[in-house]
Amino acid sequence: MGETELSIILLSARVAFTAILCALVPAFAVAWLLARKEFTGKGIVQALVTLPLVLPPVVTGYGLLILFGSKGPLGKLFETLFGIGFAFRWTGAALAAGVMAFPLLVRPIRLSLEAMDRGYGEAARTLGASRLTVFFTITLPLALPGIIAGSVLGFAKALGEFGATITFVSNIPGETQTLSLAIYALLQSPSGDAAALRLIAIAVALALAAIVASEYLARKLTAKGRA
Amino acid sequence: MTVLDVDIKGLAGSFEIETAFQAGAGVTALFGPSGAGKSTLLKMIAGTARPQSGRIVAGGRTLFDSATGTNLPPEKRGIGFVFQDARLFPHLSVRKNLTYARWAGRRPVSRAFDEVVALLGLETRLDAAPATLSGGERQRVAIGRALLADPALLLMDEPLSSLDKARRNEILPYLEAIRTEAGIPILYVSHETSEVARLADTVVLIENGRVSDSGPAATILARLGLSAGTASEDAGVILEGHVTETDPAYHTAIITLDEDRIELTGDGFAVGMTVRLHVRAGDVAIANAPHDGLSIRNQLLATVEEIRRDGAFAMVALALGGQRLLARITAKSSDDLALRPGTRVYALLKAVSVEMARLERPDPRFTPASSPR
Repeated sequence: MGETELSIILLSARVAFTAILCALVPAFAVAWLLARKEFTGKGIVQALVTLPLVLPPVVTGYGLLILFGSKGPLGKLFETLFGIGFAFRWTGAALAAGVMAFPLLVRPIRLSLEAMDRGYGEAARTLGASRLTVFFTITLPLALPGIIAGSVLGFAKALGEFGATITFVSNIPGETQTLSLAIYALLQSPSGDAAALRLIAIAVALALAAIVASEYLARKLTAKGRA
Repeated sequence: MTVLDVDIKGLAGSFEIETAFQAGAGVTALFGPSGAGKSTLLKMIAGTARPQSGRIVAGGRTLFDSATGTNLPPEKRGIGFVFQDARLFPHLSVRKNLTYARWAGRRPVSRAFDEVVALLGLETRLDAAPATLSGGERQRVAIGRALLADPALLLMDEPLSSLDKARRNEILPYLEAIRTEAGIPILYVSHETSEVARLADTVVLIENGRVSDSGPAATILARLGLSAGTASEDAGVILEGHVTETDPAYHTAIITLDEDRIELTGDGFAVGMTVRLHVRAGDVAIANAPHDGLSIRNQLLATVEEIRRDGAFAMVALALGGQRLLARITAKSSDDLALRPGTRVYALLKAVSVEMARLERPDPRFTPASSPR
């Protein structure tokens, strides 16, 4: 594996990890709201969350460009508040990956929260636990399988994200050129077939490793629940 | 002493609850048909459902008072709850479940862990996961978990209804042990006459969200049996007495009621024990004179108090010292014997079941025996 290939993989990993780490808490919050609360506009929230899944990724990328570009309202806000710029930067790639992975994170977490017997929380309260304690000792541990399933799915999506990323932050080697973008770029050049194949092999290996790891984690968790 | 004072109005689904009752030490049964609002009432006392108005005071503390806007959250009420479906936390071991109130609820350690574990016979299951437990074990863990939260009052919402008959009989002795050993007042919701007969000191009858009757268990059950009519298979009474003699050769014991003696079989008895007997109306026959040459050994002199006729059958209430007995006989027998209030008759007990027998410290593994037939 050459140096450029390694840097492409490291960049992709950084983008995907950042995306999932930043998206996880808001995804849990949205999943919790959708699973546990009734409020006006619930349908709209649900539609917004699902939108990146059904919209052409190019459209999502263009939306991000308008909102989070250097002249976009949210882009300016982040720039002045936190000093984080998104335009043509790896942070933008992470944002695009996070937005695209968001619905995949929310769904399994929401399902695990919906499947959870609310009676456990009630029982815990009568044993002296406050709402917050119930959350950390009951709700969160019981939702863990859903959180892990969502994270694995979301990570895979973030790692392979293409359309929204290339539209939003372009294809800049060393900055926004993740694995999928690099493969695409190589396939465009007449002499890139061999290099592209190497990257494709790496992508397949990474995907397999992720599947094995998630299976192992899931089995370990359920085993702990039953032993 | 009043432990719990409830006077509330609220909604249970679509119908209205309007209930006032008090509970003291020992076991108070909230008894009534399914859907009468009993479970909702318990939730309101525990704080997981909110009454519309009224007051709930437990152990001298006001838990809810609509007049002052008081509404303590469940974790501040100090009330233990044993749910119908146990609700053990599936991701925690039995030990972690039992100690949940201590490590998550920060409740004081006032009851020894080992004592509760021994009382409920859970020594060997502490490291098991809830999913591997039997239904009976699960319910025992739930009871232990509630006890270890150091409650001032224990609420039990039909804790035996999800269990089969064998499992029920496995749990009942533990409940009896708790009622005497732990000294915690218990409010017990049930629609099973036999459970109430066995456990309750006081019965509060709930119908359509309202208290329709309340008082000592024996009185309420006898009244209930009479009003339920002859159709009720379940009608029966509770008699309380003391063991005055035992005969190991025949494995029998004599139970003395106020003025009468009842002979029972069984080996669990010791002189001085308090015994509670459940006698079904269908197991009582009536004769106008004592009979020799019968295999039925218990023949008690009693006075007819009241007769209710219903089709082919008649339910006869008999005064027996200060206690009451119900007999379900045919209407024709009633006429042939010329029964009317005041008639002196002999009540023939075909079967008697022992609901409870205890000295100062009961043996939780005591097995109920039945009388000679």
